[in-house]
This record gives sequence, structure tokens and C-alpha cells, in this order.
Amino acid sequence: MSDLVSTIIANYNYWIYITLMMIGLYAMIAKNNLVKKIVGMNIFQTAIILFYVSIGAKRGATIPILEHAHNGHGHGAASHMVHAVDYINPLPHVLMLTAIVVAVATLGVALALAIRVYNRYNTLEEDEILAQIREK
Amino acid sequence: MSQQYPALLVIVPLLSALLISIAGWVNKKLCFPIAVAALSVAALSSVGLLLRVLDEGVVLYRLGGWDPPFGIAYYVDHLNGLILNVVSFVALFNLIAAKKSVEQEFPEKIGPFYTLYVLMVTGLLGIVVTGDAFNLYVLLEIAALTGYGLLAMGEDRAPLSSLNYLYMGTIGACFYLLGVGYLYIVTGSLNMVDIAGILPNLYQSKAVLAALIICMVGVWLKMAFFPLHAWLPNAYTYAPSAASSLIAPLVTKVMIYVMIRLVLTVFTPKYAFDTLVISHSIVWLACIAIVMGAILALAQRNLKKMLTYVIVAEVGYMVGGFWLGNRDGMTGAILHIVNDALMTLCAFLVVSNIVYKVKGHKFEDLKGLFRTMPFTMGAFVVAALSIIGVPPTCGFFSKWYLISGGISAGQYGFVVALLFSSLINVILFFRIIEIAFYEPFGNDHAHTSQPECIKEAPLTMLIPLLIVAVGLVIVGVYTSDIVTHIIQFAIPKGIL
Repeated sequence: MSDLVSTIIANYNYWIYITLMMIGLYAMIAKNNLVKKIVGMNIFQTAIILFYVSIGAKRGATIPILEHAHNGHGHGAASHMVHAVDYINPLPHVLMLTAIVVAVATLGVALALAIRVYNRYNTLEEDEILAQIREK
Repeated sequence: MSQQYPALLVIVPLLSALLISIAGWVNKKLCFPIAVAALSVAALSSVGLLLRVLDEGVVLYRLGGWDPPFGIAYYVDHLNGLILNVVSFVALFNLIAAKKSVEQEFPEKIGPFYTLYVLMVTGLLGIVVTGDAFNLYVLLEIAALTGYGLLAMGEDRAPLSSLNYLYMGTIGACFYLLGVGYLYIVTGSLNMVDIAGILPNLYQSKAVLAALIICMVGVWLKMAFFPLHAWLPNAYTYAPSAASSLIAPLVTKVMIYVMIRLVLTVFTPKYAFDTLVISHSIVWLACIAIVMGAILALAQRNLKKMLTYVIVAEVGYMVGGFWLGNRDGMTGAILHIVNDALMTLCAFLVVSNIVYKVKGHKFEDLKGLFRTMPFTMGAFVVAALSIIGVPPTCGFFSKWYLISGGISAGQYGFVVALLFSSLINVILFFRIIEIAFYEPFGNDHAHTSQPECIKEAPLTMLIPLLIVAVGLVIVGVYTSDIVTHIIQFAIPKGIL
């Protein structure tokens, strides 16, 4: 039991991202309002962004900028050993900049489509829209 | 110049998309020629690339001169060299055919339409050419986002079904991204070839297994593999005809390419087929997909919607054929990507011609079309024969490979599903041919006495259609050349 608890605590970032992802997925499946679904979708995407950001982090590490890399002399950088352990991994964070842009674009397209749907049916509730479609 | 083909393939359409959106403000007449020029450059580059690959083997292109695995590299081998040609030529033919129907359906949105069209082709070409797992995700989203926009331009329920597609498509892409994240945790790399080099020591790792499953589910969502297909029929049916004839042939096929690329290059066949024992269950899932796609298609009373369910069944062919895990099955799956893209293009171009003239795609709208639109319906018969799988059209040959792959893998369920679906296809298409040829029956003698004049679609729509229809037969006749010169090298040597 205590093993399980310590595993959960040691990997808390994964548990957080999975919880967030499931919240988003639940909203997309169960919610009736189209905008709530879109919000759920955004939570889903954010969960994955958090996951990526958390895997780049290290305990006790700092931002990945080499302090003494350029001190005027050609051999300066070589005299300082660079320990990867001292720096967080910047790559996942850079990837997530792109993913955030994608998420924002998706959100924009989704909201634009929701406006089109609203103009067509005068409602954003999915059951009312489906009822209107069935009537025809 | 020829060294730069992989970059030109993506850069030229990308920049011309910007140019088209500017041209749309200045003069709408400029949009179409720019789009044609951009896609022609892409098509020529893809032909040049394929010829180079046939000559020299794998072409590696370093973007910005950075060496892989640190920079993004484009790898072109026999597999994606072939698919690149399919994507660029299907897009080009459809673009030319789409001109009139775009002008008819939304004259005020010509600029945005061509911008999205060319951007979407950029995304699809990029997905196929890239050798970087994260780059693939970004291009996947470019193709998907433009696709939502194109599909939503249609009539009636289009925005709603496009929104549903957006939900599902986003979940699919996010799952793919998550799978790539797991791979990155264990390998520390995003370059496909690099990952494949690191993975063999990690085959026992649960994270790799999770990555494979999550990536597969994501890609299946995007390709509308049967239980995950719910978004596809409505999104494609209500889309404008010019958009659906681009998206229906290409998007699902490109996603099948992604699946093949992930398994063959990233996870390696040794892991996917030997270490794991999942291939049998996936083939069974594919059988269900084929049978259900066929049955659901039978229930439709609308030509376009029927064709979308045929696509769902065809996705089952390719997924099942690939996961058979033997050389015949994979050859069939890759060949079927080419053939199915052409067949679907031909069928959807026919629909687009019919919509242009008749303004509808229900079965009732098809009555008597053989008299008024003989060339269009002639092309439809060729497409129908090819989808059914009648020699010498190309559909026969890929189905032949798939069936012989199924027999040599001992997967008789898959063989039965393929034959069952072919029989259903016979019913589906002959029912339409019957409606279009024999109806209206004798109930209105007064009208039939007047000779019905031919009301064909305009030549710019007809000529691409006829070229594609003839192409179906030509690809069928030259199947053995395609297989021995290209596809044979696309499959790793270890697979028998």
C-alpha cells in the first residue's frame, strides 16, 4: 500500500495530467453545450502541454543558459564543464510553444464554427440542434 | 535545383498560400493560376524526387543544414516517394476540376477557398515527406485545421458536422502527440530514424508499448478506422464538392501512410509484429470495419454518403492488409493507398459534376443521368468497377495482393470480409447504375418522346475526370511495374 502511495506521489505530474485529460474528455463526451465541449477540448490539449512541460523539469536545475560561455577568450567555454544535470531540458518547452499555437488556432476555428452553427440553428445546445435536424 | 526538391515541395505551396490570400483581395481571377502553378511545382518536385529515389536510394534533406537528430530532416524513400506523387497529382487534378464548381458554389469566397486548399496540400505533403515525429504533428494539425475550414464551407449541416470532426480530429492529434511524448521520454529523440536506432534496447519498456498504442489510437481516429469513424460520413457528405473531392481521397490515405511509417520506421516491424502479439486482433478489428462499412453503405439513400461509408470499408482493407505482417499484405496495403486515392478521387469528381448540373446527390437526383451526362457516368462506371475490383482496373490488383496476403497469413476471416465487401460493392454500384440508366421508367411516355439533349459538365471538370478514369486502368495495367520497382523496396527486407 505504501509502495503504491509513494509511486503515486513520486509521479504526481503524470497523475495531474491524466486527471486533467479525463476532465477534458468527459466534458467533450458528456456536455450538451457546444462551447462547453470546446472548453473541454482545450483542457484536453492543455493537459498534454503540461505533461510535456513537466518531463523537461529537473529538481534543483536552472534555466538552460550557459553563464560563462562567452567570456572573451576562445578557451573560456572549454574550461567550464557543462553538467546536463544542472539545467532543465529546454526542448519539450520549445515544442510546447508550437503546441500552444496549434491549440489556440484550433480553439479559434472551433469557436468560429460554433458561431456558424449558432447562426444556423439559433442555439448551441446539441439536443435542440439534433431535434431541429430530425424535424426536417 | 534538384537537391532542393524536398524543401520546394513544402515551401512553394506554403508561400503561395499567403500569396493567394493577398491576391484574393486584389483580383479574384489571380487566385486560381497561382494555386495551379504552386501545385504544379509540387507535382514536378515529387516526380523528380521519386526518380532520384529510384536512382540513388533514400534521399536525406537537412533543413537549414542542421544534421539529424538535432535538426529536422526530411527522408524520402520508396514508400513516401510514391505517396508524395499520389498526393500532389490528386490535389492538382482536383484543383483544376474544382474551378467551375467553386465559382458556382461560393463565388464570394474564391480567395479563402484556394488559400485553404493549397495550405491543406502543404500539410499533407509535409506529413508524408518529414522524418521528424513532432514536425509530423504540426503538419498534421495544419492539414486538419484547413480541412475543418474547407468542410465547413458546405451547405446545411456542414458547420455542425465539421465541428464534430474537429473534436474527434483534435483528440486524435493529441493522442499522437502524447505517444510521441512517451517515445521522447524513453529515447530523448524526435527523429524517426534516431528513435528506431535507440528503441531495440527498450522493447521491454512499458512506455514504448504505451507509445505504440496511444499513437495507433490517435492515427486510427484520424483515418476513421471503424469504431472511430463516426465523424467522417456527415463531414464529407455536407462539404462543398470541391473540398470533399480533395479531402476524401487524401486525408484517410495519408493517415494510413503515417501508420505504416510509424510501424515500419519508428517502432520497427520486429517490435510490432514479433515482440507484441497485437497484429491478429488488429486484423480482426479491420474485418469488422470492412463488414460494417459495407453494411452501413448499403443503408444509404444518398450517393455521396454511400461513398463515405465505402471509404470507411476501404480504410479497413488497408489497416488489415498492413497488419497481416507479410510481404503480400503490405504490398496490397501500399498499392491500395495509391489505387484507393485514385478511385475515390474519380468517384467524388463524378459526384461533383453531378452536383454541378443537378444540384443534388440523392438517389432520386440520379435518374436518367446516363442520357444527359454520358461521359461523367462512363467515368463513374470505371470507378465503380475499380472499387468492386474488376480487372483490368487497378482496384482488382491491390485486392488480389490483399487476399493472397490474407491466405498466406492464415487470416481467412480477413479474406472472407474482403470478398463480402466486394459483393456488397457490386450491389451498391449496380443499384446506382440501374437508377441512372433505366429510370425514369415508362410512367412518363409523353416526356421520353422528346429527345433528351446532353447536358454535360463543363470541359474543365470533364477532362480531369476522364484522365483520372483512364488513369485507373493504366495504373492497373502497370501494377507489376509499380510493385517491382517501387513498393518492393518500400517494405523492409526482413518481412517475407
